[in-house]
Amino acid sequence: MASQVIALVVNDEEREFIAKPGTSLLSGLRDSLGLTAAKRGCAQGGCGACTVLVDGKAVLSCLLAVETINGATVRTLEGVAADGQLDEVQSAFLDGFATQCGFCTPGMIMAAEALLDRNPDPGEDEVAEAISGNHCRCTGYRPIMNAIVDAARRRREARAAAGAPARVSEEVA
Amino acid sequence: MNYRLASIDKDYFADQRDERYSVIGSVVQRSDAFGHVTGRTEFFEDQAPARMLHVKMHRSQRHHARIRGIDVSAAEAVPGVVRALTHADIPNNLYTPLKLIGIGPDDEPILAEGTVRYLGEPVCAVVAETEAAAYDAAARVAVSYEDLPAVFDVEEALAPGAPVVNEYHGHNYFTYEGHHCRRLRFGDVDRALATADHVFEWRYQSSPIEQAPAETTGCIVVPQPDGRLRIHSDTQACFFTLDNTALILNTPPGKLRIVGGTVGGGFGGKVDVAVEPVACVAAMATGRPVKYVYNRYEEMQVSSPRAAERIYIKDAVMNDGRITGRQIRFYADAGAYSRHSPYAITKSAAHMPGPYTIPNVWADCHCVFTNRTPSSAMRGFGVTILDFALESQMDRIARALGADPLQLRLINAYRDGDVKAHRKVAEGTALVEVIQKAAEIVGHELPEDFRRMSSASREGA
Repeated sequence: MASQVIALVVNDEEREFIAKPGTSLLSGLRDSLGLTAAKRGCAQGGCGACTVLVDGKAVLSCLLAVETINGATVRTLEGVAADGQLDEVQSAFLDGFATQCGFCTPGMIMAAEALLDRNPDPGEDEVAEAISGNHCRCTGYRPIMNAIVDAARRRREARAAAGAPARVSEEVA
Repeated sequence: MNYRLASIDKDYFADQRDERYSVIGSVVQRSDAFGHVTGRTEFFEDQAPARMLHVKMHRSQRHHARIRGIDVSAAEAVPGVVRALTHADIPNNLYTPLKLIGIGPDDEPILAEGTVRYLGEPVCAVVAETEAAAYDAAARVAVSYEDLPAVFDVEEALAPGAPVVNEYHGHNYFTYEGHHCRRLRFGDVDRALATADHVFEWRYQSSPIEQAPAETTGCIVVPQPDGRLRIHSDTQACFFTLDNTALILNTPPGKLRIVGGTVGGGFGGKVDVAVEPVACVAAMATGRPVKYVYNRYEEMQVSSPRAAERIYIKDAVMNDGRITGRQIRFYADAGAYSRHSPYAITKSAAHMPGPYTIPNVWADCHCVFTNRTPSSAMRGFGVTILDFALESQMDRIARALGADPLQLRLINAYRDGDVKAHRKVAEGTALVEVIQKAAEIVGHELPEDFRRMSSASREGA
């Protein structure tokens, strides 16, 4: 099989690259597009460090052959604070000491973004479920769980203050 | 968010200085956290130098065997393969990481030479244009073996007639100043055991524990125009790695530069000199950047875990709870090579008999070689499993005597001025106060005389 041109909308930009058959989305992001926030922890779908959003859903980019999602919309951690302003999840992770070595952090934040997009007020069980595919070997998870709950509260308050509806993306719920 | 702030309890430590701290008690943001939450922190594998080659390893498929021959022809025929490396390509193939602090002998090859001593030992490295080609070729390296008897149990390894794992030592133990183990001798344990009201002996055994960092061990080596090598590594020990790699490459340390300090989880697992020497040799041989990174299987199977330990503790105990003698036989499974284990076992000996004042102590601490994956550093290695055994022993003694486990500890806790088994005078002890406070917090009632005990004196103990 021949290589093909892959076109994706990545962090609101149209990007194209040439990929051999079977190239993972993770490899496409890191090796072809230079977006290195998503990490290769296990390359077998076990650790969640490569988690990104494809059409709003959290996916393991190391397991996704990029030719199967040609034309999709992808969001990585680089696209979350693109304007230089940390969002609620990032600032809650920062303030809540939810990072140590930082290697799982990009995947954790993207898994949290996907959760808060579909559920602005998750309970602890829902937070635990949302990051159940993301390994952290440093923190013991507690600060991460607290940060995600805190981020949801911050986002609800910010939206209420702005008069915006709490729920913004019904289609992925 | 509420933070519980560290403070000094003036009820107990009245003479400590006043708390006029500028940092303790305040919330200080981690300096690296902004990079972490924005994805901008640079880990070694985020480097993407042009024309980078990839190293993958062919590993021993035997626990213990003589190598009859290594055939790399099929590997070198794989499209994209640049070359294969064996022990003959490594300038100083034999090393041991602690030689930097005078510990020897050199007992481990970078690439196996003549013998393999554990399953997964590196034998032949393949350098290729792509990761896929390197994997394919590494699988096609053909090694012919003559099996040797293997030993996997620490006590079997020390028994007469056991196969010798590592001939650089000549026997299956590391030698401490001429002795077959690290020894601790204090008082007369035999007499204590003979005159005790009770003698309790139990056995403790742990398994190897893999650190399992989120980021696997790896490095990218980039040759510089001035002939130096720039090593991007996730090692926990930049200077240690630099010096050991320089010795292995037979090159002045100034020819190497390590860029590191950003470690995607280590927990001791990235203290060994695992990948840099081979990657440097590959970079020097090809003049091109080289990446050598473990996959998850290698991280779990081959990177060195915490040693499995077997510990026998035999205690002389009086009816009133005093422990008058403690005899410990301690075996750490170093696996096939020393790595950092000789140091760990010294730490174990230094930690005995726990934070208790016991007048008679006898310990033999063995650093044992077996045909298992070499073990090495992991969070408090040499001490953590020993503490599990020592504190389990205290609980079991309390249960056997029908005594309160905290009271048993308070009776035996070391006090300021006590002489420990290593002839060091204990100072700054706080075990008594910590137990008292812990008991109070969890609502565990202690009798008045135990609440009045102090680390400052033996009174009441």
